[in-house]
Amino acid sequence: MLSIKNLHVKLEEEDKQILKGVDLEIEAGKVHAIMGPNGSGKSTLSYVLSGKDGYEVTDGEAVLEGEDILEMEPEERAAAGLFLAFQYPVEIPGVGNMTFLRTAVNAQRKARGEEEVSAAEFLKLIRARAKELSIDADMLKRPVNVGFSGGEKKRNEILQMAMLEPKMCILDETDSGLDVDAMKLVSEGVNALRNEGRGFLVITHYQRLLDHIKPDVVHIMADGKIVKSGGPELALEVENNGYGGILAEVA
Amino acid sequence: MADAAEKLSTTDARLAELSLPTGGWPEAARSDALARVRQMGLPERRDEYWKYTRPDTLTQPGAVPAALFDNDEAPIFGEMDRLNIVFVDGVFDTEASDDLSLEGVRIERLADASSDIHWARDLYGTLEAKGQDPVQRPLAALNTAFASDGVLIHVTGKPSKPINLTYHHRSETSDAILHHVIKLDPGAEITVLENGPAAARFNKCMEVDVADGATFHHVRAQGRDHERRAATHIFARLGTESVFKSFTLTANGVLTRNECVIELTGDDAVAHVAGACVGDGDFHHDDTVFITHDAVGCESRQVFKKVLRNGATGVFQGKILVKKDAQKTDGYQISQSLLLDEDSQFLAKPELEIYADDVACSHGSTSGAIDEEALFYLRSRGVPEAPATDLLTLAFLAEAVEEIEDEDLREEINGRLAAWLERHRS
Repeated sequence: MLSIKNLHVKLEEEDKQILKGVDLEIEAGKVHAIMGPNGSGKSTLSYVLSGKDGYEVTDGEAVLEGEDILEMEPEERAAAGLFLAFQYPVEIPGVGNMTFLRTAVNAQRKARGEEEVSAAEFLKLIRARAKELSIDADMLKRPVNVGFSGGEKKRNEILQMAMLEPKMCILDETDSGLDVDAMKLVSEGVNALRNEGRGFLVITHYQRLLDHIKPDVVHIMADGKIVKSGGPELALEVENNGYGGILAEVA
Repeated sequence: MADAAEKLSTTDARLAELSLPTGGWPEAARSDALARVRQMGLPERRDEYWKYTRPDTLTQPGAVPAALFDNDEAPIFGEMDRLNIVFVDGVFDTEASDDLSLEGVRIERLADASSDIHWARDLYGTLEAKGQDPVQRPLAALNTAFASDGVLIHVTGKPSKPINLTYHHRSETSDAILHHVIKLDPGAEITVLENGPAAARFNKCMEVDVADGATFHHVRAQGRDHERRAATHIFARLGTESVFKSFTLTANGVLTRNECVIELTGDDAVAHVAGACVGDGDFHHDDTVFITHDAVGCESRQVFKKVLRNGATGVFQGKILVKKDAQKTDGYQISQSLLLDEDSQFLAKPELEIYADDVACSHGSTSGAIDEEALFYLRSRGVPEAPATDLLTLAFLAEAVEEIEDEDLREEINGRLAAWLERHRS
């Protein structure tokens, strides 16, 4: 599904290398988790994959279903099936949540040469999906993320994911700012979207999210590289012993 | 006194090409207005009130020729049920206009109103004259003196549909002066629409007297001719518990100065003035607003948003004056620009002058660019850069557009703005 090879990235503004050769293969139907200490490059990886400005790829590639996405505009990556659930979802005053979502769904359909979804059909779809995530009608009407609580913002990210039906989902610290109940709700939303055709990359600091979204593979990232990969037990090891032991072991 | 001499010669040169319309009750008001013009002199670039907008093309003899602008868009408000009154280069067009009879309102052409006993006699030029203090507005006095056409609208009830004034621009050198007077009786309610570029140079004045408990809605779209110039004035007086709401859309136009002068004279009156303008390139747009609170418990709002690109210029001069006894005043003023490049500029002069001690007044003015974070968020969801920028731009304008109460009118304005943005993508 998503194949990342030898990815090197530096900040455009300053001569600072952030990713120093990331290799990652995410298969369809699998959930991969990346854990790692602050500053290891986890969020940079998610931004570079989704096409945010300010980063320069100096080497390597990222291929989504046979297409090199690093040359694409952010909207082209989205239409190709990539989705990033933001760590800090952006507030957009003046743009209604519903309008935003319908514009996005139809823009992607258009890019793929599909027919736009009608207003009535869209309304039916979104109501059903929103209900599963306990998102009420008021949240759909309000401007995108404006005045939303931390939990509401994250639920709204998952709602977007559910409506856009991407092939490859990247979740950047989706657990940050969530209480236990909200985390459960968000995780259930993600789990409902797991299927054979879809890949997930879950970026997190903590094991607890992975209790809810059970990964197939866990990677440890440090200083811009994947330093160790393993099964779910690797996350438990981090939880019990911190990163110190693992980093010392691979050093 | 080189300035005074220059002013005098500018004024004399302009007045020399005009002749006072004669006959009927407006004669006295016209000669008074002419005296005011002579005494004040026409605006000149060193005048403080014209610091950000050069008045010379508005005051010189003869209009700068303006190419006609053809477009295949359906006329704005064209689909609405309305009473349409058409002016071509500033002249009332009987053929093109609807029949002027409508229940709850009496409409006459200024040029036809000659009888000596007329309701408009007490109003024509009166609010304009009052609006000359404390700031002089010589172009409005010039208008009162020389306006050759216009409509007199006396609203006695609640007409079933809006009155629409359509201004066509058909001659490249037309120099039009129109003066409208609108009087609302107590409890009356009306919506007045205006649209079109009107002339190569357009001087328009509208005096609106809103009696106790009456409601006046005004929505205007100034026409897309790139080279037209316009100086417009609205003078309004508001009685107790009356409502005045005015919104203006301006797209294109090499020079536009819209002045709005409102006096809240009855308790608990409400005045909202809003504007959305979009300019690309050779575009200069000036909103100058002066709201005087002279009664208790009144509310006023000024909401002005400007989208500027390729060297376009936006100006806002907005004042709230709260007199000594105007307690419980609620005043709000916001002026914002979205600068889509580094060549465009926004010049703002917000002013508050408050003599009462129990008031709530707030004002703010900002200039900014498109929010890059929001733009990336939209693009990451699959919305391409150009429509994503349009969406954010419309969101920026929304606070002004939302001042329009009627949903159909609001949608019409939003549709025009969206179409303009789509045509003017980089």
